[in-house]
Amino acid sequence: MKDETIGIHGLAFNEPLLFDQGSSGRTGCSLPEVDVPEVKTERLLPKKLLRRDIPGFPELSEVEVVRHFTRMSQWNYGVDLGFYPLGSCTMKYSPKINEEVWQLPGLSRAHPYQPESLVQGALELMYELERYLAEVSGMDRVSLQPAAGAHGELLGMMLIRAYLESKGNPRKRVLVPDSAHGTNPASSAICGYQVVQIKSGPKGYVEPQSVAEVMDEDVAAIMVTNPNTLGLFEEPIAEVAKIVHSKGGQVYCDGANLNAILGISRPGDTGIDVLQFNLHKTFSVPHGGGGPGAGPVGLKAHLAPFMPVPVVEKKGERFALNHHLPSSVGKVRAFYGNFAALVRAYAYIRSLGPSGLRRVSEVAVINANYLMSQLKSHYHLPYDKFCKHECVFSDARQVPHDVHTLDIAKRLMDYGFHPPTIYFPLIVRGALMIEPTETESKETLDQFIAAMKRIAEEAERDPELVRSAPHKTKVSRLDEVKAARQPNLRWRPKGSDPTLSASG
Amino acid sequence: MQYIPNTDADCRMMLDAIGVRSSEELFADIPSRLRLKRGLNLPPPLSETGLMKHMRALANRNADVDRYSSFLGAGAYNHLVPATVSHLVFRAEFYTAYTPYQPEISQGTLQAIYEYQTLICQLTGMEIANASMYDGSSALAEAVLMAHRINGRTEVLMPRAVHPEYRMVCRTYASKLGLRLHELPYTDKGATDLKQVKAGLSQRTSCVVIQSPNFFGGLEMLDEMAEAAHAVGALLIVCVPEPVSFGIIRSPGECGADIVVGEGQSFGNALNFGGPYLGFFATKEAYLRSMPGRLVGQTEDKEGRTGYVLTLSTREQHIRREKATSNICTNEGLCALTATVHLSLLGRTGLRELALLNLRKSAYAKEAIAKLRGYELRFSGPTFNEFVVRAKKRTPAKVNRALLGKKIIGGLELGRFYPELSDCLLICVTEQNSREEIDALCKIMGGAR
Repeated sequence: MKDETIGIHGLAFNEPLLFDQGSSGRTGCSLPEVDVPEVKTERLLPKKLLRRDIPGFPELSEVEVVRHFTRMSQWNYGVDLGFYPLGSCTMKYSPKINEEVWQLPGLSRAHPYQPESLVQGALELMYELERYLAEVSGMDRVSLQPAAGAHGELLGMMLIRAYLESKGNPRKRVLVPDSAHGTNPASSAICGYQVVQIKSGPKGYVEPQSVAEVMDEDVAAIMVTNPNTLGLFEEPIAEVAKIVHSKGGQVYCDGANLNAILGISRPGDTGIDVLQFNLHKTFSVPHGGGGPGAGPVGLKAHLAPFMPVPVVEKKGERFALNHHLPSSVGKVRAFYGNFAALVRAYAYIRSLGPSGLRRVSEVAVINANYLMSQLKSHYHLPYDKFCKHECVFSDARQVPHDVHTLDIAKRLMDYGFHPPTIYFPLIVRGALMIEPTETESKETLDQFIAAMKRIAEEAERDPELVRSAPHKTKVSRLDEVKAARQPNLRWRPKGSDPTLSASG
Repeated sequence: MQYIPNTDADCRMMLDAIGVRSSEELFADIPSRLRLKRGLNLPPPLSETGLMKHMRALANRNADVDRYSSFLGAGAYNHLVPATVSHLVFRAEFYTAYTPYQPEISQGTLQAIYEYQTLICQLTGMEIANASMYDGSSALAEAVLMAHRINGRTEVLMPRAVHPEYRMVCRTYASKLGLRLHELPYTDKGATDLKQVKAGLSQRTSCVVIQSPNFFGGLEMLDEMAEAAHAVGALLIVCVPEPVSFGIIRSPGECGADIVVGEGQSFGNALNFGGPYLGFFATKEAYLRSMPGRLVGQTEDKEGRTGYVLTLSTREQHIRREKATSNICTNEGLCALTATVHLSLLGRTGLRELALLNLRKSAYAKEAIAKLRGYELRFSGPTFNEFVVRAKKRTPAKVNRALLGKKIIGGLELGRFYPELSDCLLICVTEQNSREEIDALCKIMGGAR
C-alpha cells in the first residue's frame, strides 16, 4: 500500500558535538578593530585574577557553526513544520510579522536604564498592554514582570501573602485541586505555604462542597485552573470563590488555558482575585524550544499596593516608571519583564482586535470538540461532555492489547505529528491531552484523526508495531533510565569519564 | 483572519459533525452570569501594514544603541551580535518548538542544551550546569534557596556591591522562607570587605554571595571569600552578570565557588529593554540533587545510537510538585541556544580577545576620564569593563544632559541605588564603543560644548 501519510522521510545528517570538531586557532567571529593602545594585561589586572585559557572550548569557523546548528535544527519538530497538539501548552502558530516587530532597533536595542525620555515608546507599549490584558481578563491591574507562567504563579502567591500579612495573618495553607499543573503546588511551597490537595468531583471539576469542607481561616488561597486541565469550564467557580472569600481567603486562577474564553468569559468577573497569563500560549509568543515566554499577573484593586516595582504610570502625555510602592512585594526579576515577548503579545492583540480574539476562542473550541467527536469511537473519553480548548482521552481501550499512552504518542511521530501531552492531568490514568488550537485547518485535524484511528487499529492488529515506535525518527526510543542512573550532563575531553562520579 | 484557517463553512461542517447547531452550544456550560455580554473594549484590528506603521512609530520614540553611543551597563550590556547568530536561532525548527519532552523529535534542541551546559561548565569552572533560569537575578535567588536546602541554615551575607536589583529579587524570594539577608559594605577599592565578611560569618550562615565583576565593575578576591565561607561550613555563591569577563578572569570554580550563577545576555542576546535575558546556573556534582531547573543528559537509543533526553526530573515540579527543588517550568531555552551559537562562533580565542578588548577600551576611557578636571575615580581597585567616576563640579544628571545633547547616553547615575554615591556615575565601555566615541564622551564630560 502506498504510504500517503505526512510522516517523516528524508535526509538527517549526523553531527558531532561542538567540542569534537574544528581545529586549533579557528574562530567564527569578526571582532571590532583594536583602536586603543594594547596595554599589557598585567598592567591592568593583578596576576592572580588572570585566566590563561579555557581548555576544550570550541574552535570553529563560521561555516562550521552554521552547518552544525542547521543540521541540528533539522532534528527538531516545530509548529512551523506541523500539528503540535500538546494539551495545556497552546502550541498555536506564531505570526511572522511579530518576529519582525520585536526586532525593530528602538525595541530590541534599547537599554533598560536609558532615561525615561528616551524610552517613551517602550513605556507606552507596556502601559497599553497592561490595560489590554486587564480588559481581556476582567482584572484591575497587571504586572508585566514575570518571565513565565510559573514565575507569574509565584508572584501571584506572593501578592496574596503580602495582602493577608497586611491584614495581620499570612495564613498557612493553599488548596490545590488534584488536576492542577505541578507548578501550582511548587509555587505555593516557595511562598511558604503547605499544600492541601482537593479531589476533583465526578464531573471533572472542583465541587463547592469539597472546598467548603477544608476551607477555614488558616487557608490563604485556592489555586484553580479555569478552564481546567481536562478542558472543562469550572462551572461552580463563582460558588467556590464565594466560599473562599467568606473565610477571608483569596482565589488564584492559573490562566494557562485562557485561549478557550477570550471575549466570552472573564476570570475577573467570576470571583478571581489573581491570575497569570501565559503570553507564550494564548498570545502567540513562540515557545522557543522552552522559553522565553512571559507570565504577566492580573490582579484586583485590593492587591495593587503590593505589585512589584516598577509600575508604568501615565502623567499627562508622558509615561514614567514608578519605583516607589511602599507596600510592594519587591521584585521577582531584574528590570521590567520579558519585554520582547510583551512586544509580540501587544502586536498580536492589535492585529486581532476584539472580534479576532473572540474568533480565536470560538474556533479553538470548535476544533477541540470536533477532534473529540471524531475520536471517541476509538479512544476512551473519561469525561464525555463538550470541552473547551482541549480534550482528554485515555489508553483504557488499548491497554488490553498491551499498548499504552506512551506507545500511541511515539507512533504518532511516524505519522508526522507531535504527540499530545501524555500522562497529564494525573487524575486520568494514561491521559492523552489534545489541544488543537485555532490555527489548525479542518484538513490537518482530519489527517490527525485518521492517524489516531489507524493507530487504534494497529494496537489491535499489530501491537508490536506501536510498542516499538517511532520507526522513522532520527533516533528510536531513548534509554531514560540510563540517563538518570549514570548522568552524563556535559562533554569532557577524551580519556576522562563522561559520567558523574557522584551519581545514584 | 490570516492566522485562523477555518472559514465559516469549515466551522459549519465541523459543528454538524459534532452534532450542534452553533458554537454557542459548546459554551453552554459557562453560566450566563459569568459570560461577557459585550465585546472586549480593545482597539480595532490592524492590517499588517497598519501594525508595522504603528510599531515603527512606537519604536522610533525610543533611543537605541545604533543611533546613540551608549555607556550604560549595570547588568545589561551592549555587545556585538554576529549576523550568524540570529540567522541560526531564527530557524523555525528551533524557535517554534516546545520544551523537548519528546526526545525523538527534539534532538536539535537537546544536543544544543547539552552543549550549552558544557560551555557554562567550562566558563565557570564548575562541574555541572542546568538548562537555564529566567535571568541573572532570579538565578541568584534560586541559588540562595538552594544553599538553604543544602545546609538548612537561614542567614545570607549579601554585599552591597551586588547588583541592587538582584539583591531586591533575593530578598523577595528569600523572605517567604524565613531567610535573613545581611548587607555588607564595600571598601574604597570598590570591593567587598573581607574583614566584614569574616565578621558576619557564623554557624548560622547559609551562604556568602559575591558578585564579580561587582556592580561597580570591580573584581573581587574570590578565593579568600571561599576560604572564609568554607571555614564555617557556609557555601560561596558567585554571581557574574557580565560573563564576557570569563574570557580573561580566573573562573569562580578555580577559586572555590560552590554555586556560580549569572546573566548570559552578553552572549548574543539583544538588550531588549531588559528582557528576555538568560540566567545561567552551575554547581558541583555533589549538589546535583538539590539543583533547580532542567537538565539534559546523554544516553543511547535502542540501537545504541547516541541521543539526548531531559533527565533527573524527579527534582522538578511536574513530578515532585510541592517538594520540587524549584517551581520553574518554561525557562529561557532560545536565549540559551543564542548563547551557545554565539560562544561557538567566538570560540577559545575569540572570547579571550573580546574580553581583552573590553578590558583595554574600558581602561583607556577610565584613564582619560580620571585625567579630566572635575572628575576622579571613586574606587581604586581593578575593574573589568565598568568603573565608577565621581563628578566633583557638576551633578551626574547635568553631565548626562550635556552628553545627551550630543547623542551620547552617559553612565548610570548611582544615586538612584546608593544615596552616598549620588555624585557618581557608573560608566561601561564595551567593544562596541569606538575610540572616537570614547574621546567624544571625554570631551563633553570635560566641559566642551
